[in-house]
Amino acid sequence: MTTLAKRGRTKGSGGLKIGRPSFLWSLPAFVYFAIFALLPLGVVVWLSFTSWDAIGSPHWVGTSNWTAMFKNPELLQSFKITGILTILGIATQTPISMLLGVWASGYQKNRAILSALYFIPLLMSAIAISVVWASLLSPYFGLPHELHWLFGSALFNHGFLFSSSPAAIGVLTFVGMWQWTPFHTLIYQGGARAIPEVLYQAASIDGAGRVRQFWSITVPQLRNTMITSMVLMLAGGLTTFDTILVLTQGGPGTATTSTSYYMYLEGFKSFQFGPASVLSVMLIVVTTIVSLIAVRASGWDKMRSTQEGL
Amino acid sequence: MTKQRPNYVAGAFTSFWLVLVIAPVYVLIKASFQTQEDYTLSGPLSIPKSLTTSNYSTVVSSGFLHYFVATGIVTVATVGIVLLLVPPVAFAIVRNQSRTVTFVFRAFLLGLAVPIQAVIVPIFFIMIKVNLYDTLIAVILPTAAFSLPLSTIIMTGSMRDITPDLYEAMSLDGANSWRVFWNMVLPLSRGGLATIIVFSALNAWNGFLFPLILTQSKSDSVFTLGLFNFQTANGIDAPAICAAVVLSIIPILLVYLFARRALIQGLMGVGGK
Repeated sequence: MTTLAKRGRTKGSGGLKIGRPSFLWSLPAFVYFAIFALLPLGVVVWLSFTSWDAIGSPHWVGTSNWTAMFKNPELLQSFKITGILTILGIATQTPISMLLGVWASGYQKNRAILSALYFIPLLMSAIAISVVWASLLSPYFGLPHELHWLFGSALFNHGFLFSSSPAAIGVLTFVGMWQWTPFHTLIYQGGARAIPEVLYQAASIDGAGRVRQFWSITVPQLRNTMITSMVLMLAGGLTTFDTILVLTQGGPGTATTSTSYYMYLEGFKSFQFGPASVLSVMLIVVTTIVSLIAVRASGWDKMRSTQEGL
Repeated sequence: MTKQRPNYVAGAFTSFWLVLVIAPVYVLIKASFQTQEDYTLSGPLSIPKSLTTSNYSTVVSSGFLHYFVATGIVTVATVGIVLLLVPPVAFAIVRNQSRTVTFVFRAFLLGLAVPIQAVIVPIFFIMIKVNLYDTLIAVILPTAAFSLPLSTIIMTGSMRDITPDLYEAMSLDGANSWRVFWNMVLPLSRGGLATIIVFSALNAWNGFLFPLILTQSKSDSVFTLGLFNFQTANGIDAPAICAAVVLSIIPILLVYLFARRALIQGLMGVGGK
């Protein structure tokens, strides 16, 4: 004990400083992350000013990829589709996952069992989910045929789900909802459990009914959760890819060619990595803005100050 | 609270959603044991006339089990890298207030929203230049990197739950940072460790874009890629596709059964308060 006191004093830092990690502890993870996630961000900006076809080395072409891309009508079209898919995703998933999450936040036994079942899609890869739905929605051997009283024959005559553009967007939105709702339900469940029970007790004493309690207590209290969840949906929606690749291949025509799918086509199908890099840079700019808003709005960056006052 | 009248609207809504979730799962499992003829004639929802395991043998004989090995390697290596890197950085974030560490934490928060699609072109370029294209290492390295942000945030949250008194006690004993980390922080954050193991394993097992772009030969194919190729080649054979999907989910289902709490608790915390 005496040695400790001496050491503390000689360093002039007080006993509590002993045993704190130096910044070196954070370096391995940061360097690793920088190499594989931050360095590529720089590389792609450079690639966007070059011409490269995956063979040989990229050569500098100046701003020509950028000017060509801005003249390309498909760019605007892909932005529009990405925007539509993102908005539809948020509009369908938010109310459903909020209601399910609040419901699942109760501690009743039957709710726990159902929640475990609701969780299933979260375990499946996006590819597995898309492949299963592709089979289920197949016009001749799938549900549309078996349940034609529900789907109607008109859809058949128009070439069905994957050949009309509103229907194809509808399919992607529906499958996205099936895939992502469990995740957001969990987030809302966590948020709803953090609401102090006292608020509800006080409201019941004042005679507020269930609906009133939901709108006046639950929804306002879930504000931060809602922001977090919606921003995650936004970031996910902006980069929808796997479901498009399996279910619609961007079609019919270019009706579901989102920006990230368009980038995939330009790069890995047409081997024009210059234009593909331009699209990547645009994706990065948009998602970085979104994530900055996320960090601000959700208070994630303030998390570190909540506990430590030492 | 418990004496309220039953909530019929909620009951109807949750039952409807249950059907929507369970119906495809039912079709998936049922169809995988059904002949293709029976499936196409009677439709996805129908009760099968007879059961068969021939779909599974079709899938297995197409080399599907090979994907188990490749996916297993990717998953174990990814989890290994995450376990090696994340606890130290989380420890530093919780216990070191310097500017450098704050900057690292903010970089991870921003990294949370960097989508894989945005960096796939440069990563493809880098992997070709360093001669790693078409190897499993090319898939493992970026997959682990993209598991770091959320894992770090989950781990940081878990380590914050350790009370300052405990740190104080350790430092009064004169423990250096390595001993504090090894003897106290790691044992007390087992819950967080379990969550990041399950989370990064799930991520690696279900990952698709990195394998799609960075590998080519069949010996390096992982499950998701195999499934995608199988669907492209045998699009009409729905029962065989279902069998392939079932096979790809079984390992994840086992992990889920053993580590359900860890995964759910971790993800529930993402939304904050």
